[in-house]
Amino acid sequence: MNKVLMSGNNIIGEAAIRAGCVFYAGYPITPQNELTEYMAEHMRNAPGGVFVQSESEVAAIHMIIGASAAGARVMTSSSSPGISLKQEGISSMAACELPGVIVNIMRGGPGLGNISPAQGDYFQATRGGGHGDYRTIVYGPATCQELADLTMHAFDQADKYRTPVMILADGMMGQMMEPVVFKKPKPREYSEKFMLRGAGTGKSRFIRGLILNVIEEEEHNWKLARKYQTIIDHERMHEEYKTEDAQLVIVSYGTSARIVKGAIKRLRDSGMKVGLFRPITLWPFPEPELRTLAKKVKNFLVFEMSTGQMLDDVRLALQGFADIGFHGRPGGVVPTPAELANVITRHYKTEILPKSEHLGLE
Amino acid sequence: MAKKVFSRPKSLKEVINHYCPGCGHSIAHRLIAEVIDELDIRGITIGVPPAGCAVLAYFYIDVDMLEAQHGRGPATATGIKRALPDRVVFSYQGDGDLAAIGMAESFHAANRGENITVFFMNNAVYGMTGGQMAPTTMVDQKTTTTLAGRNRITEGYPVKVCELFSSLKGTTYIERCTVNSPANVNKTKKAIKKAFQCQMDGLGFSLVEILSPCPTNWKMSPIDSCKWIDEVMSKEFPLGVFKDETGAAKKREEAAS
Repeated sequence: MNKVLMSGNNIIGEAAIRAGCVFYAGYPITPQNELTEYMAEHMRNAPGGVFVQSESEVAAIHMIIGASAAGARVMTSSSSPGISLKQEGISSMAACELPGVIVNIMRGGPGLGNISPAQGDYFQATRGGGHGDYRTIVYGPATCQELADLTMHAFDQADKYRTPVMILADGMMGQMMEPVVFKKPKPREYSEKFMLRGAGTGKSRFIRGLILNVIEEEEHNWKLARKYQTIIDHERMHEEYKTEDAQLVIVSYGTSARIVKGAIKRLRDSGMKVGLFRPITLWPFPEPELRTLAKKVKNFLVFEMSTGQMLDDVRLALQGFADIGFHGRPGGVVPTPAELANVITRHYKTEILPKSEHLGLE
Repeated sequence: MAKKVFSRPKSLKEVINHYCPGCGHSIAHRLIAEVIDELDIRGITIGVPPAGCAVLAYFYIDVDMLEAQHGRGPATATGIKRALPDRVVFSYQGDGDLAAIGMAESFHAANRGENITVFFMNNAVYGMTGGQMAPTTMVDQKTTTTLAGRNRITEGYPVKVCELFSSLKGTTYIERCTVNSPANVNKTKKAIKKAFQCQMDGLGFSLVEILSPCPTNWKMSPIDSCKWIDEVMSKEFPLGVFKDETGAAKKREEAAS
């Protein structure tokens, strides 16, 4: 297969089209404009492909709802403030059990914030984001290859579970260029019985989120909860890097995890036993895997480009079985690996070394 | 043998609806169902009901339906129609849904000239939530949020959707009707049929506004409500065809093919 050099935003677009996405609606917002522009240029050439530049983020998500119900593979993309606007529709997709992929190329917030890479939307993405009792599958790619692979996978997962799936990357991932290989997508598996295509000569059907009978709505909520439990049980993904002998494990995702890897190379050269635990699915969070790691590692440091959001999930996973430190750079600041290495070194020297000496491990 | 002159349209489900006595929704539903039968499009029609009094329209009109979030019907319908261009797609919306919270979606679907049909039920109040001021509430009309009547200084003026949308180059067929008398019901049915036909011929965006009585929230009898449409509402919202370019659009279509 050919290796090509492309920027992150374009890779998502190309992967989506190859995965059979035939309907894209989007609204301009930095730093994800290249993706919308890529879809404008290439969707028209895809068989049956539709590109709509919508009047708003809200309209875009509702357009993909309509196309999804009609049976098309659908996607929309935006950046943080735009994702806030889409939450009404994402909640509706979860309620109506409609598949679709939503890409969030995060930027600094809250509010309009800025257009630099940030990870402040973790809570919004992993806790549902919109109103009501629902979850969204969330992928946190950390390389351009993962942007391609996870985008294709996201469409399959959306169909498999009939639920909205989010790609949570940031401005750095969207703008960077790396070589990428587009793998062969799997054939689509999605039953026509879930599509609204006109009743023909048969019985008419409807898709709705409104369920006025509270007992029915309760059962619908439990049905969704059972589905989310299946996803938790079967769809967790993570990566471990140099954790075999690690005395300190950094927990980090996406762009942050890339910086951590750079820092770890430096730290290992200085003899510090530091590893990385990188959740790839942010929801479902790889909780059991992190907990298992805590059987041998007693010190963790969470690093995020936020004031501490995934930190909550790490605390829930470790449940007091290990010490957890935190380092955050919110607001669009992207630290260098050298800078992060200094932070980790300080933590290592104050938290790990004294205990190791005490135990005679040095 | 007796000749059958009146029966329930096949596309109207045989259920008791939840609409109040004297409400215009049930008449509009029936007319849409009759036209769907007459055009024989039940099997290829997909409807988009709104949030509002007609939220349960999928229990009544016997076609495939996808419920939209409040005001988003035209965006949802755009998605369906673009994905399935050979289906007949309509959005059914109230005045708050279309002209307040969903103005952007309806305006831009019209401006893009989406080949969909919008049925716009204008009853000058938010019906389902209990009679608050709508974008189409008359000046001086009393509602639960304009107790002394709509004040033009602070609340502005009724939004005239047909006038506004007919000024958009993207629209093809725009008509305002009402269902307050048998004659007007017949005219409304003709408009609904023309709107669907416009879409089926691929001629672009069609909208039928229906001035609809709301006796419950107007606090009037059904008969007085019908009179109020004649005496007050249709003075502000004149009935008639605001735009009909189906002929010109058809010629363009033919020239192109």
